[in-house]
Amino acid sequence: MAINIKSKMCDSREARLNSLTGYSGTLHDLKEKTCSGCLSDKKRCFSQASSCPATCALGLMSGINDAAIVHHGPSGCAATAIGIASNYDLLAEALHRDRKHFAYTCTDMTEADTVFGATENLANVIRETYNRYTPKAIFIGASCVSGVIGEDLEGVIDELHEELGIPIAPVHCEGFKSQIWATGFDVAYHAILKYIVKPPKKKSNKVNIVGFTQGLSWNTVTDIKRMLDILGLEPVFFLASTNVEELEHASEAVATFTTCSTLGSYFGIGLETAYGVPFVRSLPPHGVAGFEDFARALAKIVGKEAEIEVYLNEERDLYLPKLEKIKEQLRGKRAMVAMGPGFGANYTRILQEFGIKVEHLSAWHLDTEYDDGQRPPALMYLMENSPNNFTYSVNDLQNFEFMNILRNVNPDVFVSRHPGSTVWAMKIGVPAYCVYDEYNSFGYKGTARFAQTLLNIIVNRSFSENLAKHVRLPYTNWWMKQPSDKFLVETEN
Amino acid sequence: MTKILDEPRYVCALGAMQTVQAINRAIPIIHAGPGCAGKLAGSLAGTTGDSGYLNPQTYPCTNIGETEVVFGGENKLREVITNSLKVMDGDLFVVLSGCTTEIVGDDIDQVVSEFHDAEKPVISVATAGFKGTNIEGHEWVINGLINQYLVRLPKGEKIKGLVNIWSSVPSYDPHWIGNIRELEKLVSELGLIPNSIFGEYRGKENLDKVPLAEFNLLVSPWVGLGNVKLLEEKFATPYLHYSTLPIGAHETSVFLRAVGEFAGINPKHTEALIEKHEKEYYYFLERSVDVFFENRTASRMFTTVTDAANTLAVSKFLINDLGLMPNTLFITEGVPEEHRERISGYFKQFNYGIEANVVFSTDGYLIHKQIEQEDFSGAPLIVGSIFEKKLARQLGGNFVCISVPIKEKVILHSSYVGYHGGLKLMEDIFTSVYQSFN
Repeated sequence: MAINIKSKMCDSREARLNSLTGYSGTLHDLKEKTCSGCLSDKKRCFSQASSCPATCALGLMSGINDAAIVHHGPSGCAATAIGIASNYDLLAEALHRDRKHFAYTCTDMTEADTVFGATENLANVIRETYNRYTPKAIFIGASCVSGVIGEDLEGVIDELHEELGIPIAPVHCEGFKSQIWATGFDVAYHAILKYIVKPPKKKSNKVNIVGFTQGLSWNTVTDIKRMLDILGLEPVFFLASTNVEELEHASEAVATFTTCSTLGSYFGIGLETAYGVPFVRSLPPHGVAGFEDFARALAKIVGKEAEIEVYLNEERDLYLPKLEKIKEQLRGKRAMVAMGPGFGANYTRILQEFGIKVEHLSAWHLDTEYDDGQRPPALMYLMENSPNNFTYSVNDLQNFEFMNILRNVNPDVFVSRHPGSTVWAMKIGVPAYCVYDEYNSFGYKGTARFAQTLLNIIVNRSFSENLAKHVRLPYTNWWMKQPSDKFLVETEN
Repeated sequence: MTKILDEPRYVCALGAMQTVQAINRAIPIIHAGPGCAGKLAGSLAGTTGDSGYLNPQTYPCTNIGETEVVFGGENKLREVITNSLKVMDGDLFVVLSGCTTEIVGDDIDQVVSEFHDAEKPVISVATAGFKGTNIEGHEWVINGLINQYLVRLPKGEKIKGLVNIWSSVPSYDPHWIGNIRELEKLVSELGLIPNSIFGEYRGKENLDKVPLAEFNLLVSPWVGLGNVKLLEEKFATPYLHYSTLPIGAHETSVFLRAVGEFAGINPKHTEALIEKHEKEYYYFLERSVDVFFENRTASRMFTTVTDAANTLAVSKFLINDLGLMPNTLFITEGVPEEHRERISGYFKQFNYGIEANVVFSTDGYLIHKQIEQEDFSGAPLIVGSIFEKKLARQLGGNFVCISVPIKEKVILHSSYVGYHGGLKLMEDIFTSVYQSFN
């Protein structure tokens, strides 16, 4: 089950981990089925657009400041280059990092290319991209079209690797390959593990942090550094505003941890399997229980258990009194959560720490294990510790399903994590919060801040209520009265 | 020759789903992979509103996977259309195909024809990404609506004074909705009844009136020409092809005269209207002339890196209204070959015999290299996309973001079109005077 970083590509999460996108039930039912191994995926006979591995993989890799991406597909696939334009530039600028070698080019495949193939043009675009920007590595992004017509990306690499003298790595992120966009994280990190990361020469004092950003919002990065300093560690953030050299040395780190196990488990487990870098399998560092579990697990790796307890005590004294006060006002409120499976289980726990009653959790997909065969810690924690048995659904951004659920649940607050999901709750007058930044509730300090934010939006509902008076949902009355899992059907196999 | 897209400024034909979404209560049904819709919408619309009654996460989509690649996706499409009609509260459903489903050979027209008698109209348009750009896709969607929906409506009498307005491509032009509203306002001030199918609370009601218009007004250098010709063929509606999206007093007055003359409006009425607007416009300009011309940093020469419509609109304004001089201008949306010579001709008709050289290019890298080499005799004004922001900074120039990718400002309803739009563009250009030492 472990990761083989030498294999040509990594399969979809459906194939590797039996992950699923269709489920409707309860937390307890899920626990029972997971343990007895009889959990099966369901398909839909009505569906809405979700996301694909390519968007995920190449969007993430666009954060590498001195790499280039050559997308082998029609122009629309390279829309990611438009999507990421400016944002990573702003991050690099804020961090004073050089990004002039980054490029995102595309082979702009046409109808003729779909008939005759276009690997020759692909090779030329790779050369041209190299000549223009001299990146330190080039990632070739696959597309649905390159996959369906069977373009030999590895063949192109063999030809060019020696000529250009830099790593050239195919990223097998064909859009139809998986209904789970998080497969894109895995194929991205597979390409990095296989083609970029070098075997360790010496051990460093670095800790690999696999996340989406660098914690610049609210200046959490200072809190992270302060904590790691106590452990004698220095952070290296992947992949936002990283560079090829940092990735090459990832194998020399003391440990790897991730802010999102859905995102980081493949890289963490891969580095551990191939190079023995310990992967921190604690709860993610959010909320009180999560932060403590994480901090202790990391401290254990470096043998600084006593030091971390001193630090935790100091932090507790600083922030927990404030948190306790806010909790008094949050207790008894009702919430619905809709996020990726890792973050969803994680944030449900945090809301429960606040005394909020979580009535429903929607996960964009569900992993019941990772590539090391172990169960996701946040989900297991919830199964063991949740004070109530709430309803649980798995839907890959199926808006019609979670809006149907949301209207029935009618919570005091909707907490989500995906662009474009929050507004829908506001349209029916439910205040909503998008956990956009992954460090939103990092440590006691962040947790207190998050609690205050939630309280603020629950108290002042002006925007949601005003909006709800003026807009309507694009769903029929008939649909809103149906059971939310009406279109889920058993798979044949 | 290497075919490279570097700094893409358009997307594929499936991006025309934005055109469907812009018709209130029209529902696109995407027959493609799971990621196409979200990616295209996020990139095109971005900070200018990719949500609304729908957002891409509410578009019905077959989310094609490996099974459909192997066995075809017709059954899945049939199922999704059937259930879309039950779940989605819409007036019109438009099936749009993507790359995968066209390569595997799904007979989409056949499946859609089974819904010929459905309660709501269902049409289909082939928008595989490898077949063209989102701008071409926009034309195909409108043609699809004409050929598969409008011709099926019962015939009606023409409505006196009714004018269909066709102009900016929804979402692709970040100011599309403001532009169309401003054109409507101008047309209605002439005494005509404007009809546009895009934007809030128009939708099917306005779409159904399209065949009843006295004429079609196309304000665009090339996009939509195929549509107004098709409308002429199907409904015998004449059209006025006016190539320049008018910005500022000079061009807007020329526009009003042209439309007024075509519609047979009394010139006295038109001239009175122009006089009223120009008087107001120059009141505002007069008050701030010192800001424009007494500073150390404002530009006297400019370039543009944008689509043909905005290139023409902005350069006419900057030359004929504001008195600046052009350097080479870059047209970036992959204009089809047959329109290029005619479009180049538009840039030889400025005041005082001024001409501008235009280059059709989709290669951002080469465009930037050329701009770097040109002489602006001072700080260049670069009107383009966010890709030009760094270039402008590097050249010590001024920058206005006007096209995709925008990522520079939030655009709710503003527009550079008309008299008011010209003033707004002046504000955006000369704000830079206060953002540096002067």
